[in-house]
Amino acid sequence: MPATESYPEDLLYHREHDWARIDGDEAVLGVTWYAVDALGELVHYEPPAEGATVQKDQAYGEVESVKAVSDVIAPLSGEVLEVNDKVVSAPETVNDDPYGQGWLIRIRLSDPAERDALLDVDAYRQVLAES
Amino acid sequence: MQTLRRTPLFEQHLQAGARMVPFAGWEMPVQYEGVLAEHRAVRTDAGVFDVSHMGELDVEGPRADELLQGLLSNDLRKLDVGDAQYTLLTNEEGGILDDLIVYRTAEHRFLLIVNAANRDTDYEWLAEREVLGSDIRDVSDEYGLLAVQGPNALARLDLAKEKPFTWAMGELDGVEVMINRTGYTGEEGVELACMADDAPALWAAVLARGVTPCGLGARDTLRLEVCYPLHGNDIGPQWDAISSGLGWVCALGTEFTGVERLREVRQRGPERKLVAFRMTERAIPRQGMAIDGGGEVTSGSLSPMLEVGIGLGYVPAAASAPGTELTIDVRGRSRGAEVVTKPIYKREET
Repeated sequence: MPATESYPEDLLYHREHDWARIDGDEAVLGVTWYAVDALGELVHYEPPAEGATVQKDQAYGEVESVKAVSDVIAPLSGEVLEVNDKVVSAPETVNDDPYGQGWLIRIRLSDPAERDALLDVDAYRQVLAES
Repeated sequence: MQTLRRTPLFEQHLQAGARMVPFAGWEMPVQYEGVLAEHRAVRTDAGVFDVSHMGELDVEGPRADELLQGLLSNDLRKLDVGDAQYTLLTNEEGGILDDLIVYRTAEHRFLLIVNAANRDTDYEWLAEREVLGSDIRDVSDEYGLLAVQGPNALARLDLAKEKPFTWAMGELDGVEVMINRTGYTGEEGVELACMADDAPALWAAVLARGVTPCGLGARDTLRLEVCYPLHGNDIGPQWDAISSGLGWVCALGTEFTGVERLREVRQRGPERKLVAFRMTERAIPRQGMAIDGGGEVTSGSLSPMLEVGIGLGYVPAAASAPGTELTIDVRGRSRGAEVVTKPIYKREET
């Protein structure tokens, strides 16, 4: 079942509808409910290679629904430690649980100070209200 | 900003939870619950599509058959009253101005159901060639049109099976309908034309019979799985009908616009052909992607039934045989595909 709209308070957000859960010098990244709802049911996830470098504000992968393709933007820079294979094999996992089972990659942060540029949940909700 | 047209069912779509999008100048439902669920509903049960945006042209008069025989690619003389036929409106080059279904509604009267995007240009093309004794009217706004499709479609509507490409007047739950044995999904089903004012009652009756509302998203994936071309994507004025794989609806023994060119192409063989393919690597092909060796994807999607990327595209004739390996440029990544026989998806015989 597709998830209902929510934006967890413990995450940091990027205005391109991506989230980051930071844990020490690592972070797990994904896309927000808003992005998933706009796309519809995901049917394809094109992930980066493990070991690749992702750059803040740059695309690191693609998600596709039947009708559309969307770049996934990195909220933070770093090295890809792990790709969520569950989403590769079952992309609809992102629709069902965008902030949990539907995470996309785990990275080692190359510049932890970048987090200061991200949005808290209130600021992100403001972005949504204005879009 | 252009004002989008709305079908008589706009409010019903909103009530059913549709996501509305612009399509060919119309504000249409792309999906309700979701494209995949709606697609599977049509393949396994029954779904209903509002296709009231499509155009209807009424051609009548003692010389109506003569006019249409000279403008449409298929042989109109095969049609008795009560029959329908898939046919093409062709230009001088044998290119496809539109693909449409013509219904013989009386001895000297025909109804053409045409693509929404081509309604005005089709009308103008016919009207400019009108002869004394043929009268052409655009009656699109007078009709609502619902496609009810799926293995259970006829049972849900309490209709008996009839020969494909025929039509008859009938009634469904008090609404007078023209029941057309046609469709765009590869499934059993009907297309029901009614007076525009009756469309909400017909829609409600069909839904009350347990048919799933389906949007244009599922309509597109359904037609792609069975390789029905979409005008504007896979076929158009720039490609001749033979190269587009529609030689079977061109009666080359008759005289119609562009027939000389089509005979030439048939004789020497097309340089490029519209083929069906499925991905052999994980990727979803999309319209406009290049195929190595001088080809182009004209439609692409994920097949909800096969769960693999599928598409239609033009390739050099030498690369058009089923089994030929193709390489498609998926946003900078080379991904393998294979030419397959049409249709890509075949209903399992049970």
